[in-house]
Amino acid sequence: MATQPTVFPHKHLLGIEGLTAQDIALILDESDRYVEQNRAVDKKQGLLRGRTIINLFFENSTRTRTSFELAGKRLGADVINMSVASSSIKKGETLIDTAITLNAMHPDLLVVRHPDSGAVALLAQKVGCGVINGGDGTHEHPTQALLDALTIRRRKGRLQGLRVAICGDILHSRVARSNIYLLNTMGAHVRLIAPPTLLPAYADRFGVEVFHDMRQGLTDVDIVMMLRLQMERMHGSFVPSTREYFHFFGLDADKLSFAKPDALIMHPGPMNRGIEIDTELADDIHRSVIHEQVEMGVAVRMACLELLARHLPNWSGV
Amino acid sequence: MARRRRLYTNARLLDPATGLDVKGALLTEGARILDLGPRLANSSIGGETETIDCQGHCLSPGLIDMHVWLREPGAEHQETIATGARAAAAGGVTTLVAMPNTDPVVDEVALLEFVARRAAENAVVRVLPAAAATKGTQGKEMTEFGLLAQAGAVAFTDGERPIADSRVMRRALSYATIFDLLLMQACEEPSLARDGVMNEGEVAARLGLSGIPSVAEAIQLERDIRLLELTNSRMHAAHISTADAIDVARRAKAQGLRLTAGAAPHNFALNEYDIGDYRTFAKVKPPLRREDDRSALVDAIADGTIDTISSLHMPQDPESKRLPFAQAEFGAIGLETLLPMCLGLYHNGRVPLLRVLGCLTINPARLLKQESGRLAPGAPADLLVFDLDTPWIVDEKKIRSKAKNTPYHGRRVQGHALRTVVGGETVFQRKREGAPVNA
Repeated sequence: MATQPTVFPHKHLLGIEGLTAQDIALILDESDRYVEQNRAVDKKQGLLRGRTIINLFFENSTRTRTSFELAGKRLGADVINMSVASSSIKKGETLIDTAITLNAMHPDLLVVRHPDSGAVALLAQKVGCGVINGGDGTHEHPTQALLDALTIRRRKGRLQGLRVAICGDILHSRVARSNIYLLNTMGAHVRLIAPPTLLPAYADRFGVEVFHDMRQGLTDVDIVMMLRLQMERMHGSFVPSTREYFHFFGLDADKLSFAKPDALIMHPGPMNRGIEIDTELADDIHRSVIHEQVEMGVAVRMACLELLARHLPNWSGV
Repeated sequence: MARRRRLYTNARLLDPATGLDVKGALLTEGARILDLGPRLANSSIGGETETIDCQGHCLSPGLIDMHVWLREPGAEHQETIATGARAAAAGGVTTLVAMPNTDPVVDEVALLEFVARRAAENAVVRVLPAAAATKGTQGKEMTEFGLLAQAGAVAFTDGERPIADSRVMRRALSYATIFDLLLMQACEEPSLARDGVMNEGEVAARLGLSGIPSVAEAIQLERDIRLLELTNSRMHAAHISTADAIDVARRAKAQGLRLTAGAAPHNFALNEYDIGDYRTFAKVKPPLRREDDRSALVDAIADGTIDTISSLHMPQDPESKRLPFAQAEFGAIGLETLLPMCLGLYHNGRVPLLRVLGCLTINPARLLKQESGRLAPGAPADLLVFDLDTPWIVDEKKIRSKAKNTPYHGRRVQGHALRTVVGGETVFQRKREGAPVNA
């Protein structure tokens, strides 16, 4: 029997689009190992000792940045966090200048989040090290999709054939795009449930089923993925009010009852309690895996860092 | 003093104005065409005549480009009147209309005269200034149409900004009828297009970029057509790019309204997939559309719904383009690729050659009320000798324009300008070995 390849065939992780089922399975298998390690007393190992990882965040983030920071440190790397507020970008230094400056400091891996779609790929063209997309605009957030997949796979034992509903602000969501690509690649059936104003044009072309009614869309699903209603991206009024939104698209016990009895609730966080999700459901330990997602996040990011590090010169790890 | 005579022999004479397509010769005297035809031969001319052998290549009127952004005044590091004119000459363009969207905006007689004077001093081709239709292109108050026209404004436009306010547009169209002036309007309903950076569709959805819906174009054009009907004026839809807007234009023309329509090469030579992995050089207005739209535009050129093709030459410096897609500026240069891109329509078997050339010569000449754009005795000797067939590869390093933001780098094309003549004088000549030089 052929063994899984242990080398990730990409220098960067810029998105899920373009990854094969083998690539994804490799990352998830590696992540599983780290889940166990993270639950042990000694969480640290030296696989990336001496390596420098820079977390370059052009957009505010607490959880993703912390998750990457922990992941890097648990692998023994030196991790530096750089938060570049968008105001200082406007002072003159362009993204490409920043990339070239950082590149001169010889980082081994860069984790980048940027408010513009495509910005991380642009930066990756200008640096010599490996780059992980920590979220670019409304394009992709690959590690979030991977940690969601890991959470599902550990709970349900598989991804293939599962019915997954992604609900809420799909239009502005990089998480949704990455999840759609990943779940489609792994053979799950994806449904999008959202008001038409929060769906991208031609959403049906993504190989998904589109619903505008929560009860209809949630019928018999295995997984309910809620998305954050991203207030900060709302340039116009996409929905009349948060009250109306919760009434029709917020997840509550009644709407959830249409899903399978053992359906899991997921949310990439941070949650708007009472807007997209009922607070009691969010805290229901039998249904909600929201905190588990955070745990899986660290493991997935360790796996990604490690797999990309295998491409670095002088790699001597296992 | 006897005016200098030049005889262009051994040419394939192409004149879209008359449908002429014949082997022959053309004689100029001074700045004007004296005679032309298949039987015009060296022996019948006599006197001091310089002979230019066209070696069987095409001889047509020089191209007239109705939509060029020269960045002077205000952003001379991107393009000046002089550099833009040289790029035009190398592209076979003998007359170009300079957009008023400079800094400051050309919305006053003094500024228009400045542009005209700089052009007279520095430009190797004819530069006709367009004036802003509203003060500061703010879309609120009309500029001095009459005085600006007397000072030489050939058209009135707010450039890439459409006049959004329907009342202002109505009055502008209405007032323009006094002098029979030409209003050029960009067709993009601004509130629908707001924040959009590329065509709305599957590609934009995948790239996570906000879209400009195709209906924004049709809606703007529909409104303008209603106002055109109301005011009995004339208007040029500067560049349309969608199948929907083409249908709208086709119907309005069938109805007998004085609407003309233009197209830009990038909209018939490229589609939204050419943005690929966030290529900012493909960020243009009108945005690259779906393949269906692109194909419909080619049909519209073939059937005459599209009257003019202009380059929409919009120079941008690298700093405006080396940015994340959403932050990058719109626009692509196009003067030097205008002719080969248009000849592609003919080479692909979609549009007859004279129809293609008509969109670049006589049609814009009529709209702008110029005597050029035709091969006729007495007309200005603004001529283009071009090679119809020779294949070559667009190379951004060989671009003469100050800015290099071409979306066609590496593209295989056919045909190019060999000699560009303005007022009887050669302003550009391509060297035989393919290393072009400015004469």
